[in-house]
Amino acid sequence: MDYMQIFSLTITQAFGVTALIYLFAAIGLNVQFGYTGLLNFGQVAFVAAGAYAIGVIVLTFDLSLWLAIVVGMVVSTLLALLLGIPTLRLRADYLAIVTIAASELLRLVVRSIAFKDVFGGAQGLNGKLGRQFHDLNPLPADIALPVFTWSRQDLWVVIVGWGLALLATLLVWGLVRSPWGRVVKGIREDEAAVLSLGKNVFVYKLQALVIGGAIAAFGGILWAVAKQSVQPDTFQPDVTFFVYTILLLGGAARVFGPIVGSIIFWFLLAGFGELLYALINNGYIEFLAAQQVGSMRFMLMGLGLMLLMIFRPQGIFGDRRELALDAR
Amino acid sequence: MLKRARLAMGVLLLATFAFMITGSFSPASAAESGIIGTLSTPGGEPVVGVVITATDADGVITSGTSDDKGDFTVPLPAGGTYLVEIDVTTLPAGITLNNEDDASRSLLVLGGDKKILIGLSEGGDSGIVSVESGSTERVIQLLLDGILYGLMIALGAVGMNLVFGTTGLTNFSQGELLSLGAFTALVFNTAGLNIMIAAPIAIVFCAFVFGWGQNRILWRPLRRRKTGLIAAMIVSIGLAILLRYTLVFFFGGGQKSYEQFAGQPGLEIGPFNTTPKALILGLFAVIALMATVTWLQRSRIGKATRAVSDNPALASATGIDVERVISVVWTIGAGLAAFAGIYLGMTQTSVWNMGQRVLLVLFAAVILGGLGTIYGAIVGSMVVGVFVQLTTLVIPTEMKTVGALFLMILILMVRPQGLLGRKERVG
Repeated sequence: MDYMQIFSLTITQAFGVTALIYLFAAIGLNVQFGYTGLLNFGQVAFVAAGAYAIGVIVLTFDLSLWLAIVVGMVVSTLLALLLGIPTLRLRADYLAIVTIAASELLRLVVRSIAFKDVFGGAQGLNGKLGRQFHDLNPLPADIALPVFTWSRQDLWVVIVGWGLALLATLLVWGLVRSPWGRVVKGIREDEAAVLSLGKNVFVYKLQALVIGGAIAAFGGILWAVAKQSVQPDTFQPDVTFFVYTILLLGGAARVFGPIVGSIIFWFLLAGFGELLYALINNGYIEFLAAQQVGSMRFMLMGLGLMLLMIFRPQGIFGDRRELALDAR
Repeated sequence: MLKRARLAMGVLLLATFAFMITGSFSPASAAESGIIGTLSTPGGEPVVGVVITATDADGVITSGTSDDKGDFTVPLPAGGTYLVEIDVTTLPAGITLNNEDDASRSLLVLGGDKKILIGLSEGGDSGIVSVESGSTERVIQLLLDGILYGLMIALGAVGMNLVFGTTGLTNFSQGELLSLGAFTALVFNTAGLNIMIAAPIAIVFCAFVFGWGQNRILWRPLRRRKTGLIAAMIVSIGLAILLRYTLVFFFGGGQKSYEQFAGQPGLEIGPFNTTPKALILGLFAVIALMATVTWLQRSRIGKATRAVSDNPALASATGIDVERVISVVWTIGAGLAAFAGIYLGMTQTSVWNMGQRVLLVLFAAVILGGLGTIYGAIVGSMVVGVFVQLTTLVIPTEMKTVGALFLMILILMVRPQGLLGRKERVG
């Protein structure tokens, strides 16, 4: 067994492109769920909106990637308004059901044959989505990293992605210690009290949904650019719950919660998978087939989410008092 | 070379990612049967680029396109009844269907390849065929399909609503109770029991193990710990993911059929097209639902259930053992859900994410009827079932779930307490 290789594959995934995509969704969710207490179960819809904006603008309409990024932001804002205006007045569990339904609705529409010309149907949109971004890659062609096994192209995505993720975290940090942040935290703690102070609670909630959605949409943009492909069935509702697991693991309502959660989540998930693959391939485990490792990873994740929620809902760094876990 | 390696890696990454999210599911490679045929003009010229799609009862779509010889193949994962549609907009200009009904028809595939004949004619002034969709016969057929579908949803939704009513838990793992029912029956069935015997055993087994047992092991301790409702909801999501991938772990990602009645020949009663098994299952569903309603109305524990739904604290103060009521509700709810799963597994196929697919329709049904209202679940289910089927008159079949979800969002905006719910503050 090559332990170094297992470690190298694991750590590459823990900081890699997929982890980054989920990280953006988690930072966005932290604004919505962690600070404002909105139970948004449709976060994947914002990721999909960002990804599809790139796909449609670059591939279907053959326009610039930079324009597509702007469109992605606009689309995610519109989606947040569309989702928020009818639902933000509802009780938490209704909001949860409506947002998860809306995310499925969106997925079914983009994968439908009726809109195949625009969204590419079940196959999605595949092509050189991120060409303009990758053309800017300043890294030398023969770059080789110790430990990490990214390609030159992925490394470029990872560098820019982590830069943006830190910027987004900084933005969240600034927001939550501003007066705006105090109001949304107040909404999470006691909506009626904030209402009685004359604040328009509905508008604040909507703003939180828009900001969180836009950050998540950035994850989608990164997805389209890095993977050069947008496929409807990757935007399953489960994605939202992985994001919840990441956020809860690191600690909701903590500025660095998503980053810590993301690294630990992917390190554990990837490490478990790689170790098991290696054990099977080297004949140490014979009662498992390699195909079963994939499902075991998700069984572990589901169990992890349950145990986390039961025994340590505040996560690793969270504060139990700062959690909106009681239905109003 | 580098570029190719990069591309290959990209594809590999993509493939592993798709595997992670969807649990590896490739309809094309798993195809055991399919719909095949050739499209050619009356003059014998091949007709190229026409899209033919097949939609199963769950709304899962596979499609094929006619190649340069006019041949097309629509791979299907298993036998069953499919809605076969020809995308008439992809027909070349000047080519029309002989028989307009060919654009959309229901087709029973027993397994293996099924050849279909499509008559085309040349000439005519436009390439677009208008499909007459409002015919009375189609409406009646969809109405029957809708009622049968609604009964299945009702079986799944009653338990969910009873649990919500008595404990306040929005159970996101309700869909998995359906899957567990279908797969438990499958285990008994593959062990050699006829499905007619395996089904009732599986229902009782699920009621006690996955209903009573689940409440005992998981939810009752959580209530004792005073876990918040939102936390409990997220726990149920974790449980749903755990159960779903446990099914993949043991049964794989493919679609499974029971050994009996899998490819039952269709039955025509007057204007209806159906299968005997669907009718018999529907009849049993009606009996089960009526028994549940009678139980709630008449029996002591049924009345206690309604009392707890109404106000748990008050019910407890009048001497009702709330925990016992909750245990009974979980047992009955899981049993009915297992039946719904077997219903789905028999009329369609059993697949690991069948419960997840149906969960949002269950939510739509209970919200429409009123979360927590016991009869609301049944009324909401029937409305959603019929509505979903009837919307296929105006929207493509693949998007019929969209109709249900849209209906749910609409009802929440207009009447958030649902059809039978009491007016209360839900905001």
